[in-house]
Amino acid sequence: MNLTLLLLGLVILASSAMALSLRNIVRSVLLLVLSWFGIAAFYLWAGAEFAAFAQALVYGGAVSMVVLFAVLLTGRSHSDAEVPPPPKGRLVWALVAGGAAAGIIAATAIRTPFAAATNGVPSLPVRDLGLLLMGPQLAALLVTGALLTAALLGAVVIAAGTKDDKEGAP
Amino acid sequence: MNTLQMCLVLSGLLFGIGLAAALARSSAILVLMGVELMLNAANLNFIAFWRFGPAPEAGTGVLFVLFAIAVAAAEAAVGLALVIALYRHQKSIRLQEATRLKG
Repeated sequence: MNLTLLLLGLVILASSAMALSLRNIVRSVLLLVLSWFGIAAFYLWAGAEFAAFAQALVYGGAVSMVVLFAVLLTGRSHSDAEVPPPPKGRLVWALVAGGAAAGIIAATAIRTPFAAATNGVPSLPVRDLGLLLMGPQLAALLVTGALLTAALLGAVVIAAGTKDDKEGAP
Repeated sequence: MNTLQMCLVLSGLLFGIGLAAALARSSAILVLMGVELMLNAANLNFIAFWRFGPAPEAGTGVLFVLFAIAVAAAEAAVGLALVIALYRHQKSIRLQEATRLKG
């Protein structure tokens, strides 16, 4: 069981680290999709099937398409897909910050005495999940729906631009 | 190190990768992807604690992840719309060049 987790972790970490260090932005996005599917596989491993399918559909299907469209819409020529590497000083400090955050979290997780899990893989049938969503969590569900609608309308308004933009200027 | 701790270490490393990318890269799209990775790392934690926690039948971890995925999708949509608006104004998505609020 731990071997599965190790393999999943390796795939997730390697693909995301490679994705965010590559210069070609299209390849980065495709590698990130692999990393998102790895995370969905982690959810499956943990017994959260519904979250796994939501992750695969939303990230692997929707977000990846939106990102690829953004990449295509913001590139004027073939060379625009190549992002220049960051300056050395910024890269070093970013790596220090990321390493420090990861180190602190990992050290805390290792030093904290968690009770060993006694139960097996838990199962939460979709029926129970639906009852929870339609019962105690109904307010949160409605707020999320309103948020998604507002975000969709806002994204359309921002991306469509104003009349002035289309007519000219820079 | 038990399995829960391995999950937490994995999510910590993923968060670190996302943070480093968000700080280092200058392309607005890659910065957004770094933020998405950090959100995913938080989701891994929710699932791990739900899986190894004392009361998995309550389903709070899974519910929180579902809502977090919905919010992350909204964030990605608005963020990428902003990237396109930024590109329209200055013909570039380098964040160093985004120094004006009014186009």
